[in-house]
Parts: sequence; C-alpha cells; structure tokens
Amino acid sequence: MDLSLIVMQLLSGIALGAVLVITALGLTIVFGMLGVVNFAHGALFMIGAYAGLYLASLTGSFWWGLLLAPILMGAFGMLIEFVLIRRLYGRSIDDPLLLTFGLSYILVEGVRIVFGSDGIPFPTPSQLIGVLDLGVGFFPRYRLFVIALVAVVLLVLWLLLEKTRIGLIVRAGARDPTIMQVLGVDIGRVWLAIFGLGVGLAALGGVLAGPMRSVNPEMGSLVLAEAFVVTVIGGLGSIAGAVVAGVMVGISISMVALFAPEMATIVMFALMAVVLLIRPQGLFGVKGRTA
Amino acid sequence: MKTIGSNQTRLKISRRTALAGMSAGVATLAMPRLGRAADETIRIGFPTPLTGPYAAEARDQVKCAELAVKLANDKGGIAGRKVELLVRDDKLNAGEAATRTLELIEKDKVHAVVGALSSAVQLGVNEVTRARGVIYVSISQSDTINEAKDFSKYTFHEALNPHMTTAAVAQMTLKKGMKVAHLVADYAYGHEMLRGFKRAQAAIGAENVGEILHPLGAADYSTFMPRLMSMRPDVLCISNFGRDQANSIKQAVDFGVKQQMKIIVPVILHNQRVAVGPDVFEGVVGGANYYWGLETQSKTAASFNAAFKAANGGAVPTDYGAYGYSGVGSLLLAMQAAGGTDNDKVVDALEKLQYDLTKGPQHYRKCDHQSVQSVLVLESKKKSAMANDNDLFAIVANDAGSDNMLRSCSELGHAT
Repeated sequence: MDLSLIVMQLLSGIALGAVLVITALGLTIVFGMLGVVNFAHGALFMIGAYAGLYLASLTGSFWWGLLLAPILMGAFGMLIEFVLIRRLYGRSIDDPLLLTFGLSYILVEGVRIVFGSDGIPFPTPSQLIGVLDLGVGFFPRYRLFVIALVAVVLLVLWLLLEKTRIGLIVRAGARDPTIMQVLGVDIGRVWLAIFGLGVGLAALGGVLAGPMRSVNPEMGSLVLAEAFVVTVIGGLGSIAGAVVAGVMVGISISMVALFAPEMATIVMFALMAVVLLIRPQGLFGVKGRTA
Repeated sequence: MKTIGSNQTRLKISRRTALAGMSAGVATLAMPRLGRAADETIRIGFPTPLTGPYAAEARDQVKCAELAVKLANDKGGIAGRKVELLVRDDKLNAGEAATRTLELIEKDKVHAVVGALSSAVQLGVNEVTRARGVIYVSISQSDTINEAKDFSKYTFHEALNPHMTTAAVAQMTLKKGMKVAHLVADYAYGHEMLRGFKRAQAAIGAENVGEILHPLGAADYSTFMPRLMSMRPDVLCISNFGRDQANSIKQAVDFGVKQQMKIIVPVILHNQRVAVGPDVFEGVVGGANYYWGLETQSKTAASFNAAFKAANGGAVPTDYGAYGYSGVGSLLLAMQAAGGTDNDKVVDALEKLQYDLTKGPQHYRKCDHQSVQSVLVLESKKKSAMANDNDLFAIVANDAGSDNMLRSCSELGHAT
C-alpha cells in the first residue's frame, strides 16, 4: 500500500467528516442550549440544498447561494421556533421531538410537491471543478474547499461563543436559564437566535453537500442518522464533541473503506457502540445529562 | 335498540318487520361483496419501491402501468371486465414486499402480480406468488429468477437480465488486453451485474484488476475513489442502480476518473442522467431496455411515446417506466387471449404470446419464461450535442432479440 493512497484516503475521510461536523454541529447546539432534539434537522439540511440551488440559479452564482441560503434558512428556523417550538419549552423532551418529526415529513412532502421527487442537478461551481495536484496525488478542488470552509466556520463559531458577550450569555443560558432571566436577559430571544443558528448550519451543510451528492427530497434522512451518530459519539450538546466525533467518523469510514469497503457504513455504528460502552455520555458529554 | 323499542308503539312496527328490516339491512351491507363476484374487475397487484433511492424509477413504472390499464379499459376492458391496478410501496425491502404481496393475494384477491424494481425484492415477491400459485411478471433485472431453483410456471421475467445487458455493453466497449475495475452495489443486482461483466470480459480477453463492493444506498462514494484509481484500469464498470448510479458517477467524475478511464454501466438510467446533468454523464456508456429516441427507428416506440405524452403532460417515458407498460401490457394481452383470468389458461397464453408493445417483437421463452427482446446500448451525449432537454443519449447499438443472447435453458438448470 503506497503512501499516496493512504494520504488520499485520509483526505477523503476528512472531507466527509467536514460535512458531518457542520451538520452535527447544528443538531448539538440546539440540543445543548434548548434541550430540543430536532428531528427536522435532516429535512432542513435538504431544504438548504434546494434553497442554495435555487438562489444560485436565480443569481447565476454558486457563491450567492452559499451565502444567502443559510441566512434565509436561519430566518426560517427562527420562524419555526417562534411559531412552533416555543410553545413546548418546559414540557418533556418527547413533545418537541414529535413535533419536529412531524415537521420533517411536511417539509419533505412540500419539497416533493414543489420540485418533484427526482433529483435536480447541482453543478460544482466552475472555479472548483477538477482536481488539484497535492504532490502526493490528485484531490477534488471542491472537497478541499469544503474542508477549508468548515474550518473557517468552526473558528468563527468558536470566537463567537468564547470571546464575545453574546457567547457568554448563550453559554450561561444553557447552564441556567432561570438565573439569566433574573439577571434581566431576555432568554427567549437567545433561544430564538440559537435555533436559527442551528437551522442555518443545517442549511450550510446542505448547500455544501449539493455539488457532491445529487439533490433530492430524501437526501436529509441519511444525513440525519449520521448527524445523530456523530452527536451521540461526541456527547449530546457538546460542540467540541461534534467536531472531534465528526472528523473521527469520517476518517474511520474512509480507512475501513480501504480495507473492507462493504463495512464502510457499518463502522460508524460500531464506533458509536464502542464509545457508548466505555463512555455512555459520549466523548465530551457531561455526566448525568439526561437526553 | 332503545330507539327501535320506543318507536315501536308510535309507528306500529311489529317485532317481525323490525327483524326483517334489519336482516335486509345486513344483506345490503353484504351486497357489494356478492356483487363484485358476479361482474368481477381484473385486479393486478403492483408492488414497487415508491420511497427510497429507486423512487424516481418506481414512479415511472406506476405511470406506465397505469397507462397500460387505462388503454385496456378504454377499449372496453379485458374479456369484458374492467382492469384495476393496485399499487403498493415495497419500500425496497424484500420482507415488506413479501408482506404486501401476500396482502394483495389474500385480502385484495388480485389475479396476478406485476412489479418490483430491485432484484432482491423481486425474489421475495416471487417466493410468495410461487407458493400461492399466482402469476408474477417481474420487471426487475435478474439472472436468478429464471434459474430452475427460483423458477415456477407462474414466474415470468419481462425485464432484460444482467447477462444480456452486460454482454451487449462489454461488446461495445471492451477490447482484448484492456484493464477493467469494478465498483459494485453489495446486493443481488450488483453481484449479478459483476458476474455478467466478468463473464463477458473473460470472453473478450480483458483483464480484471479489482473490484470494490459498496453498501446499497450509500450517499458518499469518495472513500472508494482513491483505491479504484490506484488500480489504474482502462475501464471502470459501475454496477449499481437508481440514485446510487447518479451519486457514484458524479463523485467519480469529481475525482478526475474520466481523465484516466472510461466509465461504463450495465444499465444507464434516464432519470439519473437528468438528475446529475449532461457534463457528468458525458461519454458514459450503458445498456437499456428502452429509450424514447427509438421512435425514429420503431413505429411501436412512436405510438407508445405518443400515448405516454398524452397521459403525462408531454413528458417522455423512461427505461424502467417502459417495463411497467410492457409487463402489465403483455399480461393483459395474455388474459385477453385466455378469455379471462384462469391461471393455467393465462400461463399458456403468455407462453404462446408474440407481443410488440414498446420497441419491437418480444416473446417469453417457453422453458424459463424470460422475455426475448432487443437490447440497446446508449452513450450519454455531451451538452452541445443535445437537440433538446430530452435528447440524452445516442443509440450506439440495438441488438435484435434472439436466443443467442440468453444463457441456455440447460445452463439454467431446466430440463430440455
């Protein structure tokens, strides 16, 4: 087995992991801060891809789609929070779970009605078509771009949460919302923003995945399962956990694909089982946090 | 009961008339059941994967099957009886398909079953229909359903089989000494296609440099690409179906596979070509049972296209859609010839049937009930060569149906 093959395989795994990270991140932030398990996350990922495609064809540029779709979807997420999710805070975890589960069906069927069930072509942006010579081998430009973009988004998100006043409020609000309210913070607005951020991240994942996979109404269901696995491995609600677990899952899939391709999908679940046996709360999960 | 009792005195209804009225009521409720038996519609069960990665192809099958039923009913039905299609979602799962098929037979009392799109699922359907002695016309590619161990006199296979399509595609694309690598969906369809290609490439003298099996319904194929490229083949055969075909070809092209090698597929799918666009599919060669562009060569294709367009807002029929039409259509022709739904008479009529529904003459070979028919080889056009949005493929071969393209009946284990 030569070095080039292993490097290429590793890169494939990281690119795969990057999409997983961005998608799992939205899921885990919403759970960590709001305690809502968002089953519509996959459907929102899918709608993000459609929105990106639509906006890209409207403006004639992939980049506008990439920028605007997550923002618009974030606003749509806030609308969902305001109209639906908000009413269920304080109730058991099952209520928002069932609500979002139902919502995902409505969203998927809605897209089927508007765009049809067949996939729609999502061309790779012209600047990123083709492969780049890395010295050890050739790798698709677009996938390298995805890795870089996800790294930037992670950095911005980290700065936002760790270094700003907003981040401080968000982190404190996740820890103890009642005290925050006593201190005069409108925690409802924080939750609104967080849900919007979660949906925006799902949409970003969808737009990024668009040029790699075909865009179709079912593309979210597989992603949702993957995102959940990543979230569980990393620890529910943990941002660092989502990042580490996402990359770990991507690389595991990729490396297993090299030696036993038939096992490539199963390895993710095996990894989850092993982690749960050793650390039931996930790699970065807080002990005692009940899901 | 209470109201009847209280009204009894006022309306002077005797106990006897009340009872008589009630039994008449019960009889009326039971009537539809009795009535149905007298002027019975012909019911055809149609399991197909309406949800999941093959949904696009499945929906086309339903549209075409409905067209076949509509055309028959417009002509006054079959042997004077109306025809009804009972579509069920098999969810691309053999267990689900078997349950739905059993329900169709036991509860809905269907007279025959047509359908199933996945080769693994069709074998599940076949198990049930075979055990119940119900005619099943399979419209999914399979190499095993005609083999003696899976076969029964009630099993008919309208679709092409992997042996036919891989041989035709290999003939057009492979040459002696070429290196061939395979990416294969890890289930019956993929395995059978791989077997077909390996058999064909051995006959041509091409060299096998490796094969990778991928899980059915995988969303990402990038992790298979580095190894496939390290095999340095001249030709990459991608044997998978539905959305898997679109995704795997797209990702192979992203990795620059086409600069190094040619991509061929056993079956090239209209819907998947539409789903990923002309640039990605450009130059990909694959087999097909049908392509609407045949209408310049075949009168039947032209009239099938016209009927489909009229019923579906101007859309053209697709490859797997056409199977829905010819599968149901051939069965209805046989029922017409048999004068009804008597099982043995219909089997007999199917064995004798010469039909031409979509692309030219076809018939079911008597020993194994495989439909002998033409095989197309298509090449995906580049964008600049397309006359319109539907102009997807160039027909590079149209091999007329003959026994020579099938495995012999003794090879399949049948007594000859």
